[in-house]
Amino acid sequence: MTTTPLADTSLADRSTAVAARATELSKIYGQGETRVVALDRVTIDFRQAEFTAIMGPSGSGKSTLMHCVAGLDTFSTGSVRIGDTELGSLKDKQLTKLRRDKIGFIFQAFNLLPTLTALENITLPMDIAGRKPDKQWLDTVIRMVGLADRLTHRPAQLSGGQQQRVAVARALASRPDIIFGDEPTGNLDSRSGAEVLGFLRNSVRELGQTVVMVTHDPVAAAYADRVVFLADGRIVDEMHEPTADSVLDRMKRFDAKGRTS
Amino acid sequence: MFRTALRNVLAHKARLLMTVLSVMLGVAFVSGTLVFTNTISDALQKSSAKGFDHVDVAIQPEGRPNEGGKVAEQPKLTPELLAKVEKAPGAASAIGVVSGFTALADKDGKLIGGGFQSQGGNYWGDDDPRYPIEDGGRAPKGENEIAIDSETADRAGYQVGDTIRLSVDGPVLTSTITAIFTTDDGNVAAGGSLAVFDTATAQKLFHREGQYDEIAVRAADGTSQAQLQTAIDKIVPDDTAATTTGQQLADEQATLIASSTSGLKNGLLVFAGIALFVGTFIIANTFTMLVAQRTKELALLRAVGASRRQVTRSVLVEAFVVGAVAAVAGLAAGVGIGAGMRSLMGALDATVPAGPLVVSPGTVATALLVGVLITMLAAWLPGRRAAKIPPVAAMGSVHAPATTKSLVVRNTIGALFAGAGIATVLYATTMDGSDGQAPMGFGAVLLIIGVFVLTPLLSRPLIAAAAPVLRVFGVSGKLARQNSVRNPRRTAATASALMIGLTLITGMTVMAGSLQTSIEKMAADAIKADYVVSMANGNFLSPDVEKKLASAEGVTATSPLRNAESVIGDETEYLTGVNGSAIRELTDLTIDNGAFEVGGTNVVVDADTAKRRGWKAGSSFTAAFEGGERQKLTVAGVYEGNELLRGVLLDSATLTERLPAGTDPADMQVMVKTSAGASDATKDRLEKALGDNPAIQVQDRQDISNQIASMFTLMLNLLYGLLAMAVIVAVLGVINTLAMSVFERSQEIGMLRAIGLDRRGIKRMVRLESLVISLFGGVLGIGLGVFFGWAAGELLAASMPTYELVLPWARMALFLLLAGTVGILAALWPARRAAKLNMLTAIKSE
Repeated sequence: MTTTPLADTSLADRSTAVAARATELSKIYGQGETRVVALDRVTIDFRQAEFTAIMGPSGSGKSTLMHCVAGLDTFSTGSVRIGDTELGSLKDKQLTKLRRDKIGFIFQAFNLLPTLTALENITLPMDIAGRKPDKQWLDTVIRMVGLADRLTHRPAQLSGGQQQRVAVARALASRPDIIFGDEPTGNLDSRSGAEVLGFLRNSVRELGQTVVMVTHDPVAAAYADRVVFLADGRIVDEMHEPTADSVLDRMKRFDAKGRTS
Repeated sequence: MFRTALRNVLAHKARLLMTVLSVMLGVAFVSGTLVFTNTISDALQKSSAKGFDHVDVAIQPEGRPNEGGKVAEQPKLTPELLAKVEKAPGAASAIGVVSGFTALADKDGKLIGGGFQSQGGNYWGDDDPRYPIEDGGRAPKGENEIAIDSETADRAGYQVGDTIRLSVDGPVLTSTITAIFTTDDGNVAAGGSLAVFDTATAQKLFHREGQYDEIAVRAADGTSQAQLQTAIDKIVPDDTAATTTGQQLADEQATLIASSTSGLKNGLLVFAGIALFVGTFIIANTFTMLVAQRTKELALLRAVGASRRQVTRSVLVEAFVVGAVAAVAGLAAGVGIGAGMRSLMGALDATVPAGPLVVSPGTVATALLVGVLITMLAAWLPGRRAAKIPPVAAMGSVHAPATTKSLVVRNTIGALFAGAGIATVLYATTMDGSDGQAPMGFGAVLLIIGVFVLTPLLSRPLIAAAAPVLRVFGVSGKLARQNSVRNPRRTAATASALMIGLTLITGMTVMAGSLQTSIEKMAADAIKADYVVSMANGNFLSPDVEKKLASAEGVTATSPLRNAESVIGDETEYLTGVNGSAIRELTDLTIDNGAFEVGGTNVVVDADTAKRRGWKAGSSFTAAFEGGERQKLTVAGVYEGNELLRGVLLDSATLTERLPAGTDPADMQVMVKTSAGASDATKDRLEKALGDNPAIQVQDRQDISNQIASMFTLMLNLLYGLLAMAVIVAVLGVINTLAMSVFERSQEIGMLRAIGLDRRGIKRMVRLESLVISLFGGVLGIGLGVFFGWAAGELLAASMPTYELVLPWARMALFLLLAGTVGILAALWPARRAAKLNMLTAIKSE
């Protein structure tokens, strides 16, 4: 699947450029008998303006992969690049700065600070960086997620779906190189989940945003351009232009394998 | 349920740490106080009981009241009486006791020990059973020989054969030490010195020629104290003297010691109580947070059939366990403190009588009971709140939003209390000194409770006021501000704990500072004299002193302040004899009416006395002096009295003429004016004129100010030390609150880290929150303290014309700084914890 035509030709160029890349990435916990290999020499590219879903059974390493690529967790061997930056050599302080400036996050829960208004939550990463948000861009993002009339509300006054839309807006607002979502619809009902996923897909298609999302829900995965399947810390399959059914079928094979082995 | 509670305690060990520490500190304070005072009291009583071993019956003169418009003649214990008593049936021997103040100088000429504990006495005959002489000594004989106690000898390094300088009421004497003796005298055991002369010398020095202060009689074998007393009562005239048995004396002494140490004990316990009270805030805070965190768990218990009462009880059992652990630890620490205080006082040269450490069952019971009860009491409200959690909460969403229960009721109650408190305090300030004390205390308590109840409301505007400053710190500052008002009750309880300590500290400082200034002003403004000479122990000076000073080089005027008793009308009135021709040069009294004329029969009286007696300039009255002489006196003028000069001032010549020959001179002070003014050289000259007497102090106005100031400084430092415990407990409270908040917000903190707030930012956020809470408590405390200091001052001002409020700005700034430092220090550990939080576990969904 290709992106919709865009006036900005640079966006079209970006579709072939790589936003993040993991090479021979391994993550090993413990030693000797308690040694657990969470990621086993994984190599993967996340192209710009592409929506990737990472799927796999529990313990397959899908969350670990995302955490390592997003600079939230350290890895044992291999390399991770965000744009031109190699993560392996960065200290905590530089990693934090990288996350602040280049990466957006959407979590399953506890996405927002309860003391801040919706708008303050959206601009939080820029406040942390001490930057003024781009007003025009901010308006675009807010309009897209449909929060214009909820900006002064606090999270406690918003529904779960609205809270997650604030989280999406926050991730988009600072124009990061890449957005990572960790089960972003895990706590939402299906209608709110569909809304949030729709926004993510729109941001990729209309704004040229790069999105990587970990999920176990085939319906959610179907919004992505590409689905990557992980099992036992390795990439075992990849699917383009997925549908809920095709993803479900693929997942069933994991289950069957799990049962027979 | 008990097992569940116990498991909970164990599971939350770290989170209960601060609570345990705060209870422990309070209990340690209480038990330390009890151990220390019991130990001292026990040792003092034992040593004083020994001091009465040599007395079976004591005869002491009976004081007679002034009657019939006359100053009564006081009875005397004469050698004739002693001789009669000695022959009483059942009496083995009798000793005539003479005692008085005797200052001893060490080898550098400085006074040994505090002035008040420098005692002198007589050595009875050749072998006084009271003072067993150590090898190599012999009883002192004649005017130039003396024996001193072994403790003093050790301390100053004196040996038999050394000469020692001493002073009794003025002139310096030099004596040879003929003996060093051991004694059970209670005063020596408490760090004083004791010097004894032969009886004739002692009688002469202490102005007791031909008489004794006490006659101590020993019973013969087989005669009981009571039998001896009955026998002696028949001999001694009733109106002259009273008899007491040695046992009664020992009992009286024991009661006296018990009451004086219980004063110390109660004083210390008040401060221990404050520390414990502050601790209850921490306990309540901790259990409230623990209950909130366990909402689901408790709801589950309810869902599977636990009753409300069982839930409350499980919280209380937890509190019991925590309280018991803390109380036991506190008791152990308290015993250590008790032992440590004794050796500390020993190290500070305040000799404490030796004796075993006393840990009474009462101390143990009190410590345990206090620790457990305080903890359970403070946990009771959170326990009840826990019971109100509905079973359905167990099924609820992941995190129930923090219940922001309305503060309307709370604020109304708080406003009522605070309003009533302020009104009562203000009303009390319009009352007279002593009448206003009770209402003011009551109002103060009301106001403190009111402010405490209102702190959640006050926190918003006060913390909002800090917003511009916090904005400098960017996002960390903004988040810190919002976090600090996020749970107003918790912030309030934490800040209140600090507030209480600072209110007391500030109040005391304001009052002490104002009082000090006023007293200094009173003392210094009224005096024009360059020097004031007095005895180190407040005793009377020998009349020699004034004579010597008057003839010293460069002295232009002197005046004694000579006390005398008189009866005017039917009431006793104390007169002060001054040098009428010099007094105007030496003092600067404000004359309300009449003239400042003292001489012959002309006197001046202070305004209070004039008002009481209904005198004004020109009035005259008749005074009856000791010995019975009467004199008509005329009021020449009325002056404003002060701390130094009050009552009737008359010419010392007039006074001395009216007194019978041989009356004790009673110069409290001698004022001196010199041609050269106050300087080190002048002071040296005066001291030399007095023979460099260790017992006499020559003070200029600056010295007097310094003396007053050092008294206040000592008192304040003592109070600061005692209140420090309350502040330390409050610091534990801030640490506790922050640590709990960090724990509760770990997911938020993880998210902040993920989206790009670095460790420094997180640390700064926690530190600023701590700073905001602490400064909030500090501002409230300092504000209340100033108000109370002002109000108490208004009461004092009624009886003290020179009183004026002095706000110790520097100190107040220091206290605010202290509050800030408390905030920063308290945040060290929680901030580190927050920064080290594992981001991934924090943001992982449940």
